Amino acid sequence: MSIDLKTIKHISKLSRISVDDQRAKKLVGDLNSIFDFIEKLNELKTENVKPLTSIAETTLKLRSDEVQSKNIREQIIKNSPQDNEDYFVVPKVIE
Amino acid sequence: MSDITKQSLTELVESIKNKKLSSSEVTKAFIERSEKSKVLNAFITEDFTSALDKAKKFDQKPNLDLKLPGIPMAVKDLFCTKNVKTTAGSKILNNFVPTYESTVTENIWSEGAILLGKLNCDEFAMGSSNETSFFGNVQNPIDKNLVPGGSSGGSASAVAGQLTPITIGTDTGGSIRQPASFTGTVGLKPTYGSCSRYGIVAFASSLDQAGPMAQNVKDCALLQEVISSFDAKDSTSINFKRSHYSKDLTNNIKGKKIGIPKEYRVDGMPKEIEDLWQKGIEYVRNCGAEIINISLPHTSYALPTYYIVAPAEASSNLARYDGVKYGYRANGENLIDMYEKTRSEGFGVEVQRRIMIGTYVLSSGYYDAYYLKAQKVRRLIKNDFDEAYKKVDAILTPSTPSSAFKIGEKTNDPVSMYLNDIFTVPVNLAGLPGISIPAGHDAKGYPLGLQIIGKAFDEQNILNIAFAIEEKINFKNKITDWWIK
Amino acid sequence: MSKKSREYLINRRDNQYEVVIGLEVHAQVLSESKLFSTSATKFGAEPNTQVSLVDAAFPGMLPVINEFCVKQAIKTGIGLNAKINKRSVFDRKNYFYADLPQGYQISQFKDPIVGEGKVIIDLPDGHKEVGIERLHLEQDAGKSIHDLDPQNTFVDLNRSGVALMEIVSKPDLRSPDEVSIYIKKLRSIMRYLGTCDGNMQEGSLRADVNVSVREKGSKEFGTRCEIKNVNSIKFMQMAIEYEANRQVDLIEEGKTIDQETRLFDIKKNETRSMRSKEDAHDYRYFPDPDLLPLQISDEFVNKLKSEIPELPDDKKKRFINEFKLSAYEATILVSDIEIAKYFEEVVAKMGKNKDIKLAVNWITGELFAVLNSKNLEITQSPVSAKNLAILVNLIKNGTISGKIAKTVFELMLKNDEDPQKIVEENDLKQQSNPKALEELIDKIINNNREKAIEYKQGKEKLFGFFVGQAMKASGGKANPQLINEILKKKL
Repeated sequence: MSIDLKTIKHISKLSRISVDDQRAKKLVGDLNSIFDFIEKLNELKTENVKPLTSIAETTLKLRSDEVQSKNIREQIIKNSPQDNEDYFVVPKVIE
Repeated sequence: MSDITKQSLTELVESIKNKKLSSSEVTKAFIERSEKSKVLNAFITEDFTSALDKAKKFDQKPNLDLKLPGIPMAVKDLFCTKNVKTTAGSKILNNFVPTYESTVTENIWSEGAILLGKLNCDEFAMGSSNETSFFGNVQNPIDKNLVPGGSSGGSASAVAGQLTPITIGTDTGGSIRQPASFTGTVGLKPTYGSCSRYGIVAFASSLDQAGPMAQNVKDCALLQEVISSFDAKDSTSINFKRSHYSKDLTNNIKGKKIGIPKEYRVDGMPKEIEDLWQKGIEYVRNCGAEIINISLPHTSYALPTYYIVAPAEASSNLARYDGVKYGYRANGENLIDMYEKTRSEGFGVEVQRRIMIGTYVLSSGYYDAYYLKAQKVRRLIKNDFDEAYKKVDAILTPSTPSSAFKIGEKTNDPVSMYLNDIFTVPVNLAGLPGISIPAGHDAKGYPLGLQIIGKAFDEQNILNIAFAIEEKINFKNKITDWWIK
Repeated sequence: MSKKSREYLINRRDNQYEVVIGLEVHAQVLSESKLFSTSATKFGAEPNTQVSLVDAAFPGMLPVINEFCVKQAIKTGIGLNAKINKRSVFDRKNYFYADLPQGYQISQFKDPIVGEGKVIIDLPDGHKEVGIERLHLEQDAGKSIHDLDPQNTFVDLNRSGVALMEIVSKPDLRSPDEVSIYIKKLRSIMRYLGTCDGNMQEGSLRADVNVSVREKGSKEFGTRCEIKNVNSIKFMQMAIEYEANRQVDLIEEGKTIDQETRLFDIKKNETRSMRSKEDAHDYRYFPDPDLLPLQISDEFVNKLKSEIPELPDDKKKRFINEFKLSAYEATILVSDIEIAKYFEEVVAKMGKNKDIKLAVNWITGELFAVLNSKNLEITQSPVSAKNLAILVNLIKNGTISGKIAKTVFELMLKNDEDPQKIVEENDLKQQSNPKALEELIDKIINNNREKAIEYKQGKEKLFGFFVGQAMKASGGKANPQLINEILKKKL
């Protein structure tokens, strides 16, 4: 299989990274060579193999329902590129 | 002064405990050497003034019962450090100052160590040469214009160049062991779940693991003892009995069964690597260990698997860098425009490439063919190791298929860059501990490393084997201080 | 089972269309802290004051799951007669939005915590089983505020990370009314369980509504549209009406229906396409590598089962059997846990010689009327269950008449006073002394001789006149039964 320019544009949209045509063309080449290399996995038959979702050999630990975080609004907002002391501020969302 | 920076961590701790040296003297020595070593570009952020203050404070009331009493050290810039800028080597976090501390660094400071600064690395730890960093590439102290490896390139360069006595890196596919191998230093990737991931900028959550980097095995063991802890803030942290890695360190590996996997004899591997491997086999045999030939049949599928799993997780982990809450923001006409410009300008080429790969393999219609397939193959790879460990206690392999390469040599060919991690990646996929120790030099005098892979939670065993080999090899790193005028 | 007469059908020319509805209800889990972080979940806090580093997705922050939320989801599953899955997996649902700080929502996709179940809903002409497809746990997003600034959108992350249960029904609903009854029933079950407060004004209960239409009798489903995030039953009903008619019109015009996500515009009372979001619709679900699969033991589930209170369906059965209530009365009384509690307290306080029917009439009659007019919940009732029980007993044992009881009730509303005391202080006790009443009636007959004669001559209507006079003379306190008896005798 091969990845074309249209696919690259689609993925760039999904990943919210704008790419110009030149960059997109370069990515077509890069991704195709990477996927050529990845296709090696098709040599393996895996119908009866259970996917491995987590390598940690333990079960999910549960925490008790206690409020421990205080109001740290100042800390939370401090690093934001734009805020108004109460809210994070972003350019208008168009629906 | 220069003698101080030549000392190992163990020696420095000893000197401070015996009051032969003060923390201030030690800290000053490393800072002075670092000041003269800017050309290596190992630091992204220097925190020298504050380090000296802390050292002074330590000396006023030294607590000599601590494991790292007044020891200065720099850490990879992937660990969030309270009130000290943390960039992950990326423009998108160029101005980010955490209000919190990672568990691993917290563990280090609470044993008395002092932060010198934050070390350069590949952007979001995605790279094998430290060339993807927004803050420029790092020079290998071994030779000018040689990459130090990656992604913990700044860390490896700083330890080899004696800008820090020890350091910590992170290893997702070889990011500690490969640069350790390229710079003639020791690097341990612990078992997945041994060190908390809390406060470490995430690359690929199911593979990421922090680990120590040092000049020798003993220092490495001591630092591992400090950083490894069970942490309720990380759901994948594992509560197992951790040994006193440095105290329990022994070179007695008599009767240990060491596996030699035939699949690691890859096509095109230089003869010097093959020779080094043989040499290693001889050494462990001489130590009384038993050599057993084993097979890890799915080895060649590890890299393709890794290049699905890691980018997939990364594409999601890096979605939070959107210009809303912190970090870089580009101007946009509306929200989506802002996102697309921020991420296009904020991320470098390699990171974008991996986000794209990850987005693609998870996207509708491709999930089963790629991501699910990779998860299945990942199980096969893990099963290979499980099988092998029925017969052996540890596995010995080369760390990398080549010695360090030149800056710029592989930047235009991502696949050849990726192949660098061929021996280290299977270890991450299986969640096992692996250590790289310097074991020799190639014809150009560049260091070469051997890797010892252990059973899960069996760090002590591979540290012991490494310790035994280290003693036999008596490796001397060839560093000429070429960068100091 | 719904009968022909109740069928909700849309007619166009000679064609009849049936509406098929499925709901994805988002119910906020009642818990102190969030699903994966330790910040508070209180409603109405100042913006961004209940946000932790985890909720705002700072670098290196990791989720740790809240055990109580897991228990709440399992309890709800038990209440929906559903299969509890011993192993469930948290997945990431990836999309970009200003109020989604991680760039993904942690949800459950392939392996939810609760599997198939069912809910019985009471319809005017019987009942119906609505299938539950699944229930899963997920994080809520924050809130984007678009109307505080002309150029910018403001983001409040207080809700970010709050635990939600998404309860997905099968496409078993057939009318706006069924939807309303289903939602109310679901809400009732969760309030009984204490797993969700069901407060729709505060957004604790919202739903995505899947609507399709098909020609009556057809077995195939039509193309469905999903109306997103509707937060009141009334709006759900309006949205369904509009959407069903829109789809029927398209079919009648020979056009096709696009499967899409739509938005209900309250002001215009119409649904419209949210196509702008469509291209970002590939959510790239995958198991969250920061979390391990959630494993639950039989013991864990059994312990929770033992904590499940009596739920509305069982309670209703018991009310019918034990208190001989009609199905209609029982349905009303169990519809909300607080009403049921109130009723049971009244019953308990009435003691041995009780008239439950009378108590039901007073609760569903006088009390509900007062609550409605004052817009109060039963938990805010001005008359306590205890005092209502005393009042009903006073009627039952003949101390006061039903009519006087209404006066007493009015007086009770002020300070929830003991009706016994009110009766005594205001001298409202029923006159049941036959001698005294005979004297009183003799007087009245004497004063109205002519009318008494007319009555005897056959003008029976006048009987009422004498009753009225007697009651008036007694200040309304005379025992009406006795008055009747004495009057009949004397006249």
